[in-house]
Amino acid sequence: MIKRDQALIKLKDLVTDDIVVAVYQTCFDWLAINPRDLNYVSTGVMGQASSHGLGLALANPEMRILVFDGDGSLVMNLGSLITIGHNSPANFIHFVFVNGVYEVNGSHPVPGEGTVDFAAIAKASGYRHSYTFTELADFSNSIGDILREPGPTLIALNVEAGEAYPRDYDFIHSSDARNRFRQALRS
Amino acid sequence: MSTNISYPSGGAIIRQIKQAGVRFVASVPDIVTSDGLLWPLSKEADIQLIRVCKEDEGLSVCAAMSYNNTRALMLMQQTGLMDSLNAVRALGMDYELPLCMMVGLQGKEPHLPASESKAYGVRIVQPVLDAMGISHSIIDQPEDVDTISSNINRAYEQSAPHCFLIGRSPTYP
Repeated sequence: MIKRDQALIKLKDLVTDDIVVAVYQTCFDWLAINPRDLNYVSTGVMGQASSHGLGLALANPEMRILVFDGDGSLVMNLGSLITIGHNSPANFIHFVFVNGVYEVNGSHPVPGEGTVDFAAIAKASGYRHSYTFTELADFSNSIGDILREPGPTLIALNVEAGEAYPRDYDFIHSSDARNRFRQALRS
Repeated sequence: MSTNISYPSGGAIIRQIKQAGVRFVASVPDIVTSDGLLWPLSKEADIQLIRVCKEDEGLSVCAAMSYNNTRALMLMQQTGLMDSLNAVRALGMDYELPLCMMVGLQGKEPHLPASESKAYGVRIVQPVLDAMGISHSIIDQPEDVDTISSNINRAYEQSAPHCFLIGRSPTYP
C-alpha cells in the first residue's frame, strides 16, 4: 500500500507549470507539500474534479492538467470518465487516490470498496492509457514515463493515509484561492 | 390560437451566442431545443459541442473554462437544471463564476407564461432561480433572442450566473 503523501512528494518533483486539480484530503496534503498558485482547489461539489479538469484541459490545450481525484469523489461522477474518454484531451492526466473510504466524512466505506477497478473502467470508457499501482517503488519508477505519454490517462493508486495534514476548508472555498489561480493562469 | 404564436429562431440564437464570444457549448439533449438549436449547433464549425453525461458535469466544465476567460454555455432541460442545482449554487453563487445556462422548459404550453403552466416542474423554475438569486430571462418570442448576447456579456463582466429559459421550441433557421 502506498502512503498518500509519499506519492504526492514524488509527484512534486515532476510537476512544473502544470495545473493541478485536487480534492479533499489529497488536496489538503498537496497544499501542504506543494503550495503553488496553479493549484485549482475550488471544485465546489463533491465528485466534480474530473469535470473541472476536462474544462481546463479543453480551454488550455497548451498546458498539462493533473487531476488528483479520490475514489469517493469519482464514484459520484463516474459518467465523467465517459465524457473525458469521448473528448480525449491529450493533456489530461487523472490520478485516483483509492483508499476505500470517505475519509473526510467519517471514513465510511465507499461503495465497491476493494472490488472496483478504476483503471479498467477508464480504459473501457475511452482513456488512452490506464494503470494501477499498489507499491510506491513501482509508481516512482514508472510515473515519469507515464507523464510523457499523451492522455487521457488514468492512474489508480491504492493508498493509505500518510502524515496528517491540516484540513483548511476555508482556503479551498475562498475567493483568494480562486483569484490566485486565475491570475497565475492569465499571467 | 396556435396560429398566432411565434417562435424564436434557432439560427438567431446561435448568432447571438457566437456574437458573445462563446466557443464551447456543453449539453445534455433536451427535446425542446433538439431540432431547432442543438442539432444545428452540433454542425457549427466555430463552436465546439461537448456532449456530457450529466448536467453538473457540463456546469463544471463551463465554470473551469471561465478562469482564462474562455466563454461557454450549458444547454439542458429544466429537469437537468433541477438535478444540478447544487453545482449551480456552488459554482455560480458561492464562487461567483459566470455560469451561462440555456434551459428548455419541457412541458410548457407555448401560449402560456411559465408561471401559469399546468406543469409543476415548469412553474417552479423561475421561483427557484429567484430564491437562489440567479438572474434569468425568458426566450419565448423571436425578439427575446436579441437579449442573449448582452446577457452573456453581462454575466462574464460581472462574473455572475445567468439562465435563459426557452419556453417555445426554436425553429431553424
